[in-house]
Amino acid sequence: MTELIAGAQGAIQGLFGPQYGPSAWVVAKSLAGIVMVLVPLLLTVLYYQLVERWVIGWIQVRKGPNRVGWFGLLQPIADAVKLLMKERIVPTGASKGLFLLAPIIAVAPALGVWAVVPFAPGWVIANVDAGLLVVLAMTSMGVYGIIIAGWASNSKYAFLGAMRSAAQVVAYEIAMGFALVGALMAGQSLNLSAIVARQGGAYGLLEWFWLPLFPFFLVYLIAGLAETNRHPFDVAEGESELVAGFHVEYSGMTFAVFFLAEYANMILVSVLASLLFLGGWMSPFPASWGFLGAQSILWLLAKIAVFMFLFLWVRASFPRYRYDQIMRLGWKVFIPITIVWIVVTGVMMLEPLASTAPFSIWFGK
Amino acid sequence: MNLPLIAFYAFAAILLFAGLRVITARNPVHAALWLVLAFFTAAATWLLLYAEFLAITLVLVYVGAVMVLFLFVVMMLDVNFDKLREGFWGHVPLAAVVGALMAFEMVLVVGSREFGGDSVASPGAPPAGHSNTKELGRLIYTDYVFPFELAAVVLLVAIVAAIALTLRSRKESRYQDPTEQLAATRAGRLKIVKMEPEREAPATPPEAGA
Repeated sequence: MTELIAGAQGAIQGLFGPQYGPSAWVVAKSLAGIVMVLVPLLLTVLYYQLVERWVIGWIQVRKGPNRVGWFGLLQPIADAVKLLMKERIVPTGASKGLFLLAPIIAVAPALGVWAVVPFAPGWVIANVDAGLLVVLAMTSMGVYGIIIAGWASNSKYAFLGAMRSAAQVVAYEIAMGFALVGALMAGQSLNLSAIVARQGGAYGLLEWFWLPLFPFFLVYLIAGLAETNRHPFDVAEGESELVAGFHVEYSGMTFAVFFLAEYANMILVSVLASLLFLGGWMSPFPASWGFLGAQSILWLLAKIAVFMFLFLWVRASFPRYRYDQIMRLGWKVFIPITIVWIVVTGVMMLEPLASTAPFSIWFGK
Repeated sequence: MNLPLIAFYAFAAILLFAGLRVITARNPVHAALWLVLAFFTAAATWLLLYAEFLAITLVLVYVGAVMVLFLFVVMMLDVNFDKLREGFWGHVPLAAVVGALMAFEMVLVVGSREFGGDSVASPGAPPAGHSNTKELGRLIYTDYVFPFELAAVVLLVAIVAAIALTLRSRKESRYQDPTEQLAATRAGRLKIVKMEPEREAPATPPEAGA
């Protein structure tokens, strides 16, 4: 593997000469990384929708899609082809440029964040020093897609959905940010790989930050649901009240792009929860267990899969929140909890405590 | 002409154009969105100065939070654009004088010997392993800890004052208390009363179809 990379580097630098060789190598490496992250991500998004319909079907004692292809395996392809063929309609009185720009603005940050997400030691497109801040900044821009879509559609329902979504995202972003502050305090870095590296150790899953930061872990998961407008916080779509909310006027591929952004964001929340609170690619077992105890990307993928299933499980199990209750939960419950626990984390990290028995596992390194 | 310089001129051109569109766009929502672009491009130019923490914070705070709330308000305004632009040409002479004065003052300040672009050395590339965030954190929480905390207290006072000025509760308004709703039990809402039947039950059930 290493020789292969070194060979490719030599070939590209030889091709572009001594002056442009290093820059060309950086561009080539980044492009290869982008392809290696985006292709599996888009395939996962495609099949996540199929799995979602299966899981919800099984929970509701139905079969789910089982007709197209073997056990319904070609269903997402059929859906994608159908959406590609459909006509793109721009409503009368819509702000045309913004109407077509909105899906792009929604999907660009959702895909862009993946540049700083590590998958194993060194497996990251851009090992940015302030990676966690980049993640926060990029995810906070996703809401523009929803707001612009709602406003540019020139439709009451879309506009109400956009208003709800804007208020909700701003409210939950604060709690989510505080939860991430806890993770970066314990990890003592803004770099995602460094935060994961601090969760390794002899005690396996007891070393991970979910234990000392348990309130943050819960708040992050629930705020992640709210931030991605998923059940039970999906009042921005709210079929029973707003038809389909902000994307009611969209059709064909523009509609599909909103879905792409939503599912990419769900996977991102799962990845971040695994990296920050469940030790990323660390194994839950002690290192002496051989293959089971070794750190590998398989552990990270398993943790992501658990969180992705959790999203579907929650969707099939809980009724939708009322809007004022969503606001109450965000502002009056989550933000006080996170502020208190930031102080508690700080006390746990202070010196007499940090090196005594239970706390030294996480903060004594 | 190297890559950072090309990137700087590209960002600067986008920034100037976006800034111009903020004040010339007819629709206030479009103007707010151009302002978002201006903020984002300004963050990109800061990145070229190796100020990555400030750049990301600019996007996070201004693009991610402030402008969302701004758009939220602007979208709900019902502004009559024609009425707003009425008398535009009448105000042009005064506005031009004020604008020219401001431009002149800025040239004096930015072009002077003390603050001119020539007199400030380029920060240059930081050494390997240099962390912008760590440096800023060290400065804020050691050398400048009292000014920093003073600023925090001033902001807190501003928050409390803003809420105190705008919060008013009408007497006749009704609202729900979720804590009370969650604490509701069967015993508090429902009373089961035993009572005698009002009417004698029929001796035999009526026949089907009778």
